[in-house]
Amino acid sequence: MSTAAITITNPQIQRSPSHTAMIYLKEAKYEFLKTLRLRMYTASVLSFPIMFYVLFGLVLNSNAMIGATRVPTYLIATYGTFGVMGASLFGTAAGLASDRGLGWLEVKRASPMPPFAYFAAKVVTSMVFSAIILLVLFALAIAVGGVRMPFADFAKLLGTLVAGSLPFSAMGLALGYFTGPNSAPATINLIYLPMSFGSGLWVPFMFLPKIVRQIALVLPSYHLSQLALGIVGAGTHESSITHWEVLLAFTMICLGVARIGFQRDQEKMYG
Amino acid sequence: MTATLQRTAGPLRSDLVVANLESVNKNYGDVRALRSVNFQVHAGEVVALLGPNGAGKTTAVKLLLGLLQPNAGKVRVFGADPTNPENRMRTGAMLQVGRVPETLRVREHIDLFSTYYQKPMASAEVLAVAGLEKLSDRKFGDLSGGQRQRVLFALAICGDPDLLFLDEPTVGLDVEARRMLWDEIRQLVSRGKTVLLTTHYLQEADALASRVAVINKGEIIAEATPAAIKAQTAGKRIRCITSLPLSALRQIPGVNEVKEDREAIELHAAEAEPVVRELLARDRFLSGLEVTSAGLEEAFLALTQDNGKTGNHAN
Repeated sequence: MSTAAITITNPQIQRSPSHTAMIYLKEAKYEFLKTLRLRMYTASVLSFPIMFYVLFGLVLNSNAMIGATRVPTYLIATYGTFGVMGASLFGTAAGLASDRGLGWLEVKRASPMPPFAYFAAKVVTSMVFSAIILLVLFALAIAVGGVRMPFADFAKLLGTLVAGSLPFSAMGLALGYFTGPNSAPATINLIYLPMSFGSGLWVPFMFLPKIVRQIALVLPSYHLSQLALGIVGAGTHESSITHWEVLLAFTMICLGVARIGFQRDQEKMYG
Repeated sequence: MTATLQRTAGPLRSDLVVANLESVNKNYGDVRALRSVNFQVHAGEVVALLGPNGAGKTTAVKLLLGLLQPNAGKVRVFGADPTNPENRMRTGAMLQVGRVPETLRVREHIDLFSTYYQKPMASAEVLAVAGLEKLSDRKFGDLSGGQRQRVLFALAICGDPDLLFLDEPTVGLDVEARRMLWDEIRQLVSRGKTVLLTTHYLQEADALASRVAVINKGEIIAEATPAAIKAQTAGKRIRCITSLPLSALRQIPGVNEVKEDREAIELHAAEAEPVVRELLARDRFLSGLEVTSAGLEEAFLALTQDNGKTGNHAN
């Protein structure tokens, strides 16, 4: 044994707040750049909601009405929700499952990176991509669809849906801990496509079969889309507080599941 | 071609233990990955943990990095628990990774990892030490295997750590890429870093390390200088064409093994000279005589065979 082993008494890394902020910032910046350059991500997650909106909202049904709302207006809310869901689920789950399963996360864990920075970067990146999708939808709606809403409503819609990225990011983190690098994308699709349909993101909610509408009450995507539809004037009379409560509860449950996965990984058996 | 640097062996080793495994057991379910392993790394030395696949090398490194917890025993790095965040400031690690984010550029990867540390190396210096100057704008996904390993090496050193863990740094690389990485590791050692290297190439341990611990099936079975390890196990291989029958060859004192190899025979002996003298005396028409050192890999095999516990056990 050593006669002169160094004993470290301070268990915390002493970093200045500006250094810590810099780490979080760079982690997020590179997570964003990394994702932006993934063609898989930009070609599907970013472009599908926009393409669907152009096709079904601008080309085909631009003069039709859903209830008392014009289709181009109604679909900003539903394809907006759809876009946020995809950006958030793929933005978190796919990367996490791959980083975990193929050893990259271990390299990061062996470094002095604050662990929370890694997750924060994924969540923030998902929110930024959600905002990008929404802003493109808004621009198309205004310029091509002739949608006219007060600026405050656009801002509220943007804020609501970007905040609505959080439950899906939480769900993505949970999925990322319980899927493998190869199975993650398929698993996400298996959950997110039926969930989109069942929440009325593709076919307006009132046209869905009754059984589907009943199931929808437990889907976070239903509650987020109802919040968005409420802002564009196509909501039901349900209170928005209930929708927020369901989304909050869903987020907490997903974070709990992700935490179980995180702790399980700390004791993971590697060869 | 890359210049071969002088080996920085020599007694840089001090008594200061910077990393310590004390009676460590680590099990994966029923698999006993490490069995009461005692192993120390001293400040300023380069130690190689040498062993075949599945011997427990990576497990030892991950324990020292605080990525795994032992089932029994004590793991200490700089006198503290390895999960201590402060330790991570002073250590760098090159691990075996299946996939690194491919869409980030080399300099972006280095920039991000450098940010984690208190006093990182300048990125120009990291690029120079890792031989990546010309590749800094490339995306990771566009690099060759050797170049990828050098990026992982750069990430391990960018924080200017005191203690460096290199887990199989050259696995899967061709000879040239391997030599290049060796040169880079030597450069780092010459700056006084402490390095723990795992490898299944004895040649690599020999080229880089001042001390080698041989690990097999979760136990350290020998610990010595590379030269001593080779001497313990290696002999000479004598190849010749002779009319002597195999049975006669086996009786020559000092011969351990006799094999036929096409038209020639191959003898294995601890020392070549007495055997060669005897061979020439018995067969004056002997031809095609060749004497070579038994391969390093054979030496290693001899050590790691179940009954191969020759001398110099770990304490």
